[in-house]
Amino acid sequence: MGQGLGGLGVDEEALVSALGKWRHQPEKRAQLRKSFAGFFTADGGFERFEDDYIHYLKIEFARFKNIMVLWAMHPWERDARWANDVLHKAHPFDIIVEIACTRSSEELLGARIAYHALFHRSLEEDVAYHVRENFSNLLVGLVSAYRYEGDSINEEMAKSEAKTLGTAIKSAGVRNLVENGEVIRILTTRSKPHLRVTFKYYREMYGKSIEEDLGDELCLQETVQCLDSPPKYFSKVMDETLKDGADKNTKDALTRVIVSRADVDMEEIKAAYHEQYGAQLEDVIAMKTLGNYRDALLSLVGQ
Amino acid sequence: MASLKVPATVPSPSEDAEQLRKAFEGWGTNEALIISILGHRTADQRRAIRQAYRQAYNEDLLKSLDGEISGDFERVVLLWTLDSAERDAWLANEAVRKWRPGNRVLIEIACARSSKELFAVRQAYHSRFKRSLEEDVAVHTTGDFRKLLVPLVSAFRYEGPEINLTLAKSEAKMLREKISDKAYNHEELIRILTTRSKAQLVATFNHYNDAFGNPVNKDLKSDPKDEFLAALRATIRCICCPERYFEKVIRLAINGLGTDENALTRVIATRAEVDLKVVAEVYQKRNSMPLERAIKGDTSGDYEAMLLALLGQGA
Repeated sequence: MGQGLGGLGVDEEALVSALGKWRHQPEKRAQLRKSFAGFFTADGGFERFEDDYIHYLKIEFARFKNIMVLWAMHPWERDARWANDVLHKAHPFDIIVEIACTRSSEELLGARIAYHALFHRSLEEDVAYHVRENFSNLLVGLVSAYRYEGDSINEEMAKSEAKTLGTAIKSAGVRNLVENGEVIRILTTRSKPHLRVTFKYYREMYGKSIEEDLGDELCLQETVQCLDSPPKYFSKVMDETLKDGADKNTKDALTRVIVSRADVDMEEIKAAYHEQYGAQLEDVIAMKTLGNYRDALLSLVGQ
Repeated sequence: MASLKVPATVPSPSEDAEQLRKAFEGWGTNEALIISILGHRTADQRRAIRQAYRQAYNEDLLKSLDGEISGDFERVVLLWTLDSAERDAWLANEAVRKWRPGNRVLIEIACARSSKELFAVRQAYHSRFKRSLEEDVAVHTTGDFRKLLVPLVSAFRYEGPEINLTLAKSEAKMLREKISDKAYNHEELIRILTTRSKAQLVATFNHYNDAFGNPVNKDLKSDPKDEFLAALRATIRCICCPERYFEKVIRLAINGLGTDENALTRVIATRAEVDLKVVAEVYQKRNSMPLERAIKGDTSGDYEAMLLALLGQGA
């Protein structure tokens, strides 16, 4: 049974074969319970299953079910459900930034349409109401955007806005950077091609990437990463999710990212992962996951 | 109810296009013909005429019109002929470029259109101006106005009838608090006005009136010169009672000395296929005079004729 557990997902085959091997041998099962002291505690006359571990197993067994359900779902509905979950269960808000910034303008509109249909409220209304932290206005702006998607860029404007961002960052601490009107305006309304050029000028002017300079403002840093290069951002998320000791929310990112990006930029994410961490994403996934869940992930990630 | 009147039998789009071409040929322009055609066609029909005209003459109908007519008449014909999303995008762009605090166009477009219509405007804005509506509004406005207008034009309000009474009560209380503190630009006030569904807001304002004895707009009149308060009041009126809002715009445009042709044109062109008939009824009640008579008194020539056509005369 140890083989069947211990990663993300469960090795269904190994577990089923254990069932078969131990037919009519209750003493084998008793031995199992005694040898997995962490999972079971002696209580009265029997070894009781720890509640935490029942919960843990539920989650791990459900990974395959979750990925199949999410894969079959319309991308608009997926995004709407993830957003709604985040807002009502107070998960980290980076998922909102992810959805708002890595989807195309039409996909984000789609998520907003699905949100109406599913929850009978607007996405921005729920974000505005449930997010009480100082980055509330930033998030509302991000989810409300309908960015122009053409290539035409005003170079002078990009230069001047790089300077505006730089000035705001240098003088931050006087007022919270994430509430700065100009920072919010630029990041929540400008087109992505324009922003990439702006970030390029920023690096030229200040010698560091804007990402680095935003190191202390996680919400802003993530916003910039998602807008600048989703593959690089997602490869970072992959690295976190596959590390040992990752918490539940971080582990859930594996399903979310693979399912939502499989048809979009999986190849670019794999390339970025390889460049940043020197390993093949498929290999690391294969090592850290089990059973049907692993097979589903690897099918989506592609060879 | 729309005021637009379309004849029982309508020529084909190519016939209409041909007639319009004839209106431009030779010396001078046959304005009456232009009015008799364009002034009595629905949006779909006008779109088909533009298409047929382009196919037949290799030019956009609007470009031809631009060369032939001018002034207020041209403005009303041009605005009227455009699709409603294109029209709103054009009006929004003009408002943004010529922005001043008393400008109401962006508020009207954001609040007196349905969520889908507002999104269509944003799409039309992309196509025409190669930028997003919200980016232009953000760059051309500042301070409290930017705080209000950017979320207004970016909203995609839920459009269902559901109302949460508990929420309506608590948000009415919140509004009352902020208004009493004169914190008119407070985040909570802006949040409520710019994100809640129209049904929810109507319920909230009704509760405000019940609980505090005053309509919310009355409490927003503390300083008659404050343009931001006026903008808030306009937002609320456009959401709650657009016909009364537009009646007032027309009344201010034509009553008294002089005429604000741009405002008059804007209301007539944008509401003729929506609720101009109701607006005209409200006007008559409020001013003891039919709107047509007031317009006849304040405008003249082809401009007057086009406005009256859109009000349903002479189909």
